[in-house]
Amino acid sequence: MKNTVLTMVLLLTVYTASQAQDRGLEIAIAAEKADMGFKSSASTLKMVLKNKNGQVSERALEVRTLELVEDGDKSLIVFSSPKDVKGTSTLTYTHKIEPDDQWLYLPSIKRVKRISSSNKSGPFVGSEFAYEDLSSQEVEKYTYKFLKEQNNYLVVEQYPVDPKSGYTRRVVTYNQDAGYRIESIDFYDRKNALLKTLTYANYNLYKNKFWRAAELHMVNHQSKKETQLQFLSYDFDVNLTDDDFTQNALKRN
Amino acid sequence: MMKKHIIYILVGLFLSVANAQNDTIVKVHNHDLELDVELENRYFLEAPAFNDQKRYYPSVALRPKYTLDWNDGDHSMNIEGFVRMDRDDERTHFDFREFYFHKVRGNWELSIGLKKVFWGVTESNHLVDIINQTDAIESFDGEEKLGQPMVQFSIYTNLGTLDLFYLPYHRKRTLPGAKGRFRFPIIINTDDVLYESAAQEWHQDVALRYNNSFNSVDLGLSYFYGTGREPLVQFDAPSGISALYPVIHQVGLDLQITNNAFLWKLESIYRSGELQNFLALTAGFEYTIGNIKSSGIDVGLIMEYLYDDRGDLAFNALQNDCFLGSRIAFNDVQDTSILLGVISDLERSSKIIGIEASRRLGESMKLELEGRIFSRIDHNELFLSNFRKDSFIGLTLIKYF
Repeated sequence: MKNTVLTMVLLLTVYTASQAQDRGLEIAIAAEKADMGFKSSASTLKMVLKNKNGQVSERALEVRTLELVEDGDKSLIVFSSPKDVKGTSTLTYTHKIEPDDQWLYLPSIKRVKRISSSNKSGPFVGSEFAYEDLSSQEVEKYTYKFLKEQNNYLVVEQYPVDPKSGYTRRVVTYNQDAGYRIESIDFYDRKNALLKTLTYANYNLYKNKFWRAAELHMVNHQSKKETQLQFLSYDFDVNLTDDDFTQNALKRN
Repeated sequence: MMKKHIIYILVGLFLSVANAQNDTIVKVHNHDLELDVELENRYFLEAPAFNDQKRYYPSVALRPKYTLDWNDGDHSMNIEGFVRMDRDDERTHFDFREFYFHKVRGNWELSIGLKKVFWGVTESNHLVDIINQTDAIESFDGEEKLGQPMVQFSIYTNLGTLDLFYLPYHRKRTLPGAKGRFRFPIIINTDDVLYESAAQEWHQDVALRYNNSFNSVDLGLSYFYGTGREPLVQFDAPSGISALYPVIHQVGLDLQITNNAFLWKLESIYRSGELQNFLALTAGFEYTIGNIKSSGIDVGLIMEYLYDDRGDLAFNALQNDCFLGSRIAFNDVQDTSILLGVISDLERSSKIIGIEASRRLGESMKLELEGRIFSRIDHNELFLSNFRKDSFIGLTLIKYF
């Protein structure tokens, strides 16, 4: 009798655990679906880096993205400031499971370099954003656990599949009333201590379907440094094609 | 004298273009004017080998750039000038690094004019890279190039990218004067170097390159026919040194395999002609330990083997050598980075130690440090032994306008 009760309790726990997994995955899929079909976009943005003494440094960049359904997206980033890196650009072919393909263009010597994408936990141009924070968000990159529902907010814990990730987990808050857009992410480091919080603000709805935040604010709780990404423009009518994401395209910026 | 006039006219031209642009209200095109000003100080660690040479070389360089594009960026004009003023009159020089018209349409591109093109994957030597002449008086590593007149057609398909080049005019390699460092006992004037071809600099050269990336592999195959960029130098001629530009065929291969933190690299060329036939290769790897202990710092280790069939006849020092290097990227707000390396001759005691470091200052300045130490250079090295006393440290401050 005792054994039966124990089994029941165990089964129930396993059941709820797998239910939490399923629900977490469902939400991630719903969020991906809600953002499907943007085809291509171009945006200009300003990155503001602030150190713990409040000193500020800025970068200006342009990001072009091509949506792919079968595989991860393609993206091209071009820097326009600071002036010493003006024209430096990166081309990334993201993949759902395998490592991304990435090329860097150095305008002073006109050289295109294929670079390793394995260092995903490293900082992007000295900011509080890691490369993996900016890479295309694919459902396959995480396993999930649904945590709670609070009004229209859904909170899901995500565990990176790639052992090279800088995180043990991320806690993501989705807004189910607004196309499952992300409101905030808490990042936990390899020691499972809270490392960073990313908040999305000033959302705009484009083409009646795609929610894009005009401001992303990353705060590092451990180093007390902050990085703000300000999107100055978003264009969903650029009609970019594969031709705009080649090594030739990388060179002509 | 003529040179200086040209410089004044061009600087004036750039300034007037800049002013004119400010008045333009109609915006059917985009344009951009920039100017980099470099203050360079090179200090040579040893007393010079030749009388006229100095130990301290302060110098100034200007790099004005102008781009104009129209038709949504499908057409553009790209101009980059370069002026250097130095204690060595030969190093005081002007060049258009680029001055070309560019057109893009779908999957093809056309460039006409003076342009710079880079081919290759390795770090310690650039064998395959042949389109542009080296501006050898600018830097010892050969990475500064002169603008090359060309028509380039490039097409991108699912099968890869094909580049076709028509190169109507050969530019001579810049060489130091009597006061300059990195010179030979006898001054070879840039213009004294002869041509194998009767057409001299007007020998019509052609080149093509195919490159493709499949998964982790980046492959480039290239062919060049025309007047070589590297002069064929004989150090034992009656006059001491004789030099000429030969007509060559060169087949090149560049290959990189990217496997997680490992980059495996290979460059190889086979050069043939009436006067020389040889094979050269550079092969090695770069391994990066990223984000060490979550500090954001990346440390790369580079090892490359360099081989050249020509042995002592090569117009460089890399016959059978090994390069060991480390690249440290701090990934901080100022983009601080350091590259350290040693090229060691595997048969002799000769070593070249190099350091390159840079750091941004504020928002629009950069400080660069460069050093080369020539250590235990073997007396039998025909090329390198000339530079035995040329170890130096250079500090450059660049301001971007």
